[in-house]
Amino acid sequence: MSAIVESSTDSLSARGTVRRRAPDKRRVLKKRLMPWLFISPYLVLFIMFTAFPLGFSIFLSFHEWNPTSGLDGMNFVGLTHYADIITDPWLWKSLYNTVWLAIVAGVPQHLIAIPVAYLLVSVFKGALRHFYTATMFIPFITSTVAISLIFYTIYSGNSGILNQWLLALSDVPVIGALFAWVPDAMPIRWLSSSALIKPAIAFVVVWKYTGFNIVIYSAGFLTVSKDLYDAAEVDGCSAWQKFWHVALPMIRPFVFFALTLTIIGNLQLFEEPFVLTAGDSGGVAQSGLTASYYLYLAGWEWHQMGYATAVSWILFLFIAVITSVHFYFNGRKGMGGDR
Amino acid sequence: MKKLIVAGVASLAILATPAVAGDVRFDGFPDLNSHLDKLIPSYSEKNPDTKVTYQMNNHGDHHKKLTTNLATGSGAGDVVAVDVGFIGSFINAGGFEDLSGADYGADALADSFVGYAWDQGKGADGKQYGIPIDIGPGVMYYRRDVLEAVGGDITAVIKDWDSYIEYGKKLKDKKVFLIADAADVAKTIVFTTVKPGEGYYFDAEGNSLITSERFVTAFSIAKQIRDEGLDGQIGAWTNEWYDGFKQGTVATQLSGAWLLGHLQNWMAPDTKGKWGASNLPNGIYGSWGGSFLAIPKQAKNKKEAWDFIKFLTTTSEAQISGLKTIGSFPVLKATYADSAFDEPIEFLAGQKARQLFAEVAQKVPAVAPKKGDLIAEDVVLNGALLEVLNDGKDIMAALKDAERLVKRRVK
Repeated sequence: MSAIVESSTDSLSARGTVRRRAPDKRRVLKKRLMPWLFISPYLVLFIMFTAFPLGFSIFLSFHEWNPTSGLDGMNFVGLTHYADIITDPWLWKSLYNTVWLAIVAGVPQHLIAIPVAYLLVSVFKGALRHFYTATMFIPFITSTVAISLIFYTIYSGNSGILNQWLLALSDVPVIGALFAWVPDAMPIRWLSSSALIKPAIAFVVVWKYTGFNIVIYSAGFLTVSKDLYDAAEVDGCSAWQKFWHVALPMIRPFVFFALTLTIIGNLQLFEEPFVLTAGDSGGVAQSGLTASYYLYLAGWEWHQMGYATAVSWILFLFIAVITSVHFYFNGRKGMGGDR
Repeated sequence: MKKLIVAGVASLAILATPAVAGDVRFDGFPDLNSHLDKLIPSYSEKNPDTKVTYQMNNHGDHHKKLTTNLATGSGAGDVVAVDVGFIGSFINAGGFEDLSGADYGADALADSFVGYAWDQGKGADGKQYGIPIDIGPGVMYYRRDVLEAVGGDITAVIKDWDSYIEYGKKLKDKKVFLIADAADVAKTIVFTTVKPGEGYYFDAEGNSLITSERFVTAFSIAKQIRDEGLDGQIGAWTNEWYDGFKQGTVATQLSGAWLLGHLQNWMAPDTKGKWGASNLPNGIYGSWGGSFLAIPKQAKNKKEAWDFIKFLTTTSEAQISGLKTIGSFPVLKATYADSAFDEPIEFLAGQKARQLFAEVAQKVPAVAPKKGDLIAEDVVLNGALLEVLNDGKDIMAALKDAERLVKRRVK
């Protein structure tokens, strides 16, 4: 019995070790590879569409390349593009426009969104609040090109509705006096005079993105505990003081988040100015030429891909510097939150 | 799917274009598809071994896709269409077959084509890379009713730029604009008064011509029209533009002959019979637009591609069919004797305008495209010209600034 058992265990163990050793290796290999396999869909896409283009664009920025000449058409030019950029008037103009638009199209979004979100949260309840929030969110999810085309028509000099409204207002008694200058100024060329292009673009951007910020801020105000308001009330705070001293400091991380998105988004502004200037090299005197628009022109219209990639790296540096300044001054308070 | 490919996924484009021996794929933009739909059946009948397919993308996307195809060396069709605006940049970059070479022998065909269009398809090395398929002889479309209202006579109006401007002043009292955009006048003069041997912006040695007399004159005349309030400051291809044509608030439009097709089909079909076509003012001849066909070096079936190009460009059947189907004007001179050219055009009040177009086509001087044309056009005609017209910048100062910009961009 024991012998049988022994022999059987022996043979079992013998077989077992033989068996165990081979699968062990495979299993270890499998264990090592499995995670890679699982993330490979992402990894492949990341390498193909992010890592490689990133590396290639650095490489390309040191070359002169007309893409229609094929890959052999590249000529190494070293830092020439970067040196050219420093003295390129259109590039500086476009960076100036970009900053101008980032500020003028950025600040109002928040100045409008914060009070509106506060009102939404404190005045409206339940379904009605959701309805209003959703309504204001619609511009954000509508195609930018479609919006820009509609505004293009609204701004149109001779037949645009904006000019027609201004004219109509000048006929209204009492307030008409305020618009008395309108008939003489007609037709106002919103999109074809260098002074008005940027404000016209900024308005479209504000209109489109304010709703998005309202959603962020609504979410922010909802996180503020009701106890704090009650306590403030007990202490005799007025409605304004509750907003200014309680609600606003509490949503600081949300302000920081929303501001960061606005800064990055506005510095990359492309579709709105492109459509509103009809793709005509940035409008009159390039007043609507943003940095992204310029690198598109250089790369796709002029076929100077090397120069365009150099411009894109300058734009990257520019965004990096501005966001880090923003992080430095607002980051600690914003991210940490004093809650 | 097509959209995706265009969106820059070049790798997908490679996978999506398997080459079968004897097949020809034509890459182009609308309305060339309507044109091909009519012609492919008849071509297949004569060439049963060749199967012709096409891939159409809208005008802008097509040229971007072609750029990516040439950059990566794959994905382009066997025959590609290239708009005249892009031809200078494409043919000098080495991505297309040299059609003057022994395999093709395109030079022997030169005399059948309208001269200036043929020359535009030549590279800087004098070899033929693009074969013209259609052209846009420049004419002036004008409203007959508006002209009659002021008791004008068209030959007097187009005598020179002064008489043209005089006409505008008469129209101003009737609240009708002479032209939608004064910039068009400047562009017309810049493009049509090029001295023999010169390019649009550069001379044969590549020196800039941007501050030359031609540009100064062009800018001055346009500025005069703008300053006197004779133009509507209306951009092309906008609703306001179409509206001006419909309402008769714009009296003239300088354009390629092809505008006729747009006017009668969708822009202002109700104005039938109210229009006329004439030569450009001041006795100049020019062209607007035009397309070329080329064979990319990466094409799989070059022999068949060349055969198909010859069918499209050198047979009266294909050229006349294009005129009738999509209103593209023939570039093959032999077609001008066709009876289609004697047909009165109702939209133009029965005028036999195609004869005028053919006459203009043969008088347009040849201007060779240059490498920096795309940049110069953006900087000079979209940039400097608008600053002069809309912002009142001094003409010489604007041209000098533009020249400096172009010089540092084009080396």
